[in-house]
Amino acid sequence: MAQLFTYIVHKGGLVDDTAAELALAAQKIGSGASVTAIVTGTGADLDAVCQQASKFYSQIWKFDHADLAYPNAEAIRKLLVQLLPSDGIFLLPHDTFGMDLGPGLAVKLKSAYTADIIGIDAVEEGNLKIVRQEFAGMAYTHVSVDISDGVVLTFRPGSFQSEGQGAVNGQIVDKSSEIGELNVNRRFIEIVEAETGDVDITKADVLVSIGRGIEDQDNVEVAEELAEAMGAVVACSRPIVDAKWLEKSRQVGTSGQTVKPKVYMALGISGSFQHMGGIKGSPFIVAVNKNAKAPIFQVADVGIVEDMLEFMPELTEKIESA
Amino acid sequence: MEILVCVKRVPDTAENEIEINSDGTDIDRDDLVYSVNEWDNYAVEEAIQIRDKVGGTVTVVTVGDDESEEVLRREMAMGADKGILLSDGAFEGSDGFGIASILKAAAGKGNYDLILTGAQADDGAAQIGGMLAAMLDRPYASLVNSIEVVDDKTMKIGREIEGGNQEMSEIQMPCVLSIQTGINEPRYVGIRGIRKVASVDIPVHGAADLAVDASAAGSAGAKVKRLDYFVPELGEGAEMLEGGMEEKIDKLVELLKAKGGLK
Repeated sequence: MAQLFTYIVHKGGLVDDTAAELALAAQKIGSGASVTAIVTGTGADLDAVCQQASKFYSQIWKFDHADLAYPNAEAIRKLLVQLLPSDGIFLLPHDTFGMDLGPGLAVKLKSAYTADIIGIDAVEEGNLKIVRQEFAGMAYTHVSVDISDGVVLTFRPGSFQSEGQGAVNGQIVDKSSEIGELNVNRRFIEIVEAETGDVDITKADVLVSIGRGIEDQDNVEVAEELAEAMGAVVACSRPIVDAKWLEKSRQVGTSGQTVKPKVYMALGISGSFQHMGGIKGSPFIVAVNKNAKAPIFQVADVGIVEDMLEFMPELTEKIESA
Repeated sequence: MEILVCVKRVPDTAENEIEINSDGTDIDRDDLVYSVNEWDNYAVEEAIQIRDKVGGTVTVVTVGDDESEEVLRREMAMGADKGILLSDGAFEGSDGFGIASILKAAAGKGNYDLILTGAQADDGAAQIGGMLAAMLDRPYASLVNSIEVVDDKTMKIGREIEGGNQEMSEIQMPCVLSIQTGINEPRYVGIRGIRKVASVDIPVHGAADLAVDASAAGSAGAKVKRLDYFVPELGEGAEMLEGGMEEKIDKLVELLKAKGGLK
């Protein structure tokens, strides 16, 4: 079995949840073989992250360098190309960093690449059979990956979760002296924080969340009326913000807000993993969608196959008349 | 500025219920509504806006079959100057690496300062832009949601990262960027616009023209192969409320009351 490596995403001195998830995925592929976690950064935060990662991995390679203070995919790719064996198995989260790094890294390593994996079906000599989705989560597929010349794999955050992990106490090895040239043609400047809007949807107990099914800007008002009748707050999925019908601060999802309501009404929302990734705390989820095949019905508690545009005013009327 | 935008014709997931065919070899493609991949449409709009500011040309390119020509014409109706179709039976079964290799060969026939792709397409892999950039040895940024041309050699770009935050960077040209939705508001294309470009010649290049061999593209060169489509055994999923509209609403109101969903 080729050597297994993962990349640890971290922020503010804390490891991302994907550190534990990738450890589990790597164990599944390597059936218990030793896995090396690669941690890049600088200073005290980096040491803290290495400590946390050592709970999940038998070996941590620490790379401390001022040029790695911010995880610039171009610099990290240079480092990894210097470092990784040509037949290695390298695991990354399928997040905004993994998407930035993974495809180009695979090309430079002359390895295979497979993205957004949600399951591992079979591990054979030089070959993996994995599970992923296509068509916005509406179709599942098995994919065979030839890993004989190495492979870069990205895993959907949240797909591999287990309890009872985190007692490995791995060894932290400082590999900073092995860092070579890290010059980049894409230079990080700054992070611009998301603007806060008029309403804080992260504080709401009940959210009426609208998606593409709203069809027209004029219909947003109908959702607002329903929310008012329910004592709820209006939130939305990404297409509504892309269309500029609601502010970015109303968007639920990994690229928007993370919400923890008691009740989440998803109206005309298909339920992409990026959207569902923004819903925490196991709320009671009601999905209304005219497409009976919409992935949202797999994760909702209650589902209703109806056109939200017909459904909303009827529900508003019923609540108001009660 | 010479700009190349890579686009793809895909089933429109907003318009279709995707079903798997009886033997699991493909989705059921009868009666599907196809359109240009949503992310690509934003990329083309961005390219047109950049060209209108600084001059140059916008070329749209796709790897596909004869039917893919319609998305090139649609994007030309938006304002792209040229279209190129990359089509050959030998391209069938290509994995992401294969598609990027074909696009690399096409990019090599021009002198592009900027290459744009959509951040992802129907297979959700989000891989072509990053692969293409690495093959061309050019800097790359994914999920780009703002572009400002600073000078002939430099752009200031924003990437959409977690939590609605934006990562700002300076990138050297020539470069490759993958474009996130919401970066702009793509213009509407009417039937009249499409008619205007209906007779414009769209060159077609095959494997021989591009000097792409079977080890780089097509099923023989693919390390990544889709084996099937399937319907997973999922949990029970949602409790589906049945009956007429009124019945469903009555049941829902009871549930909402019980769960604290009504004030």
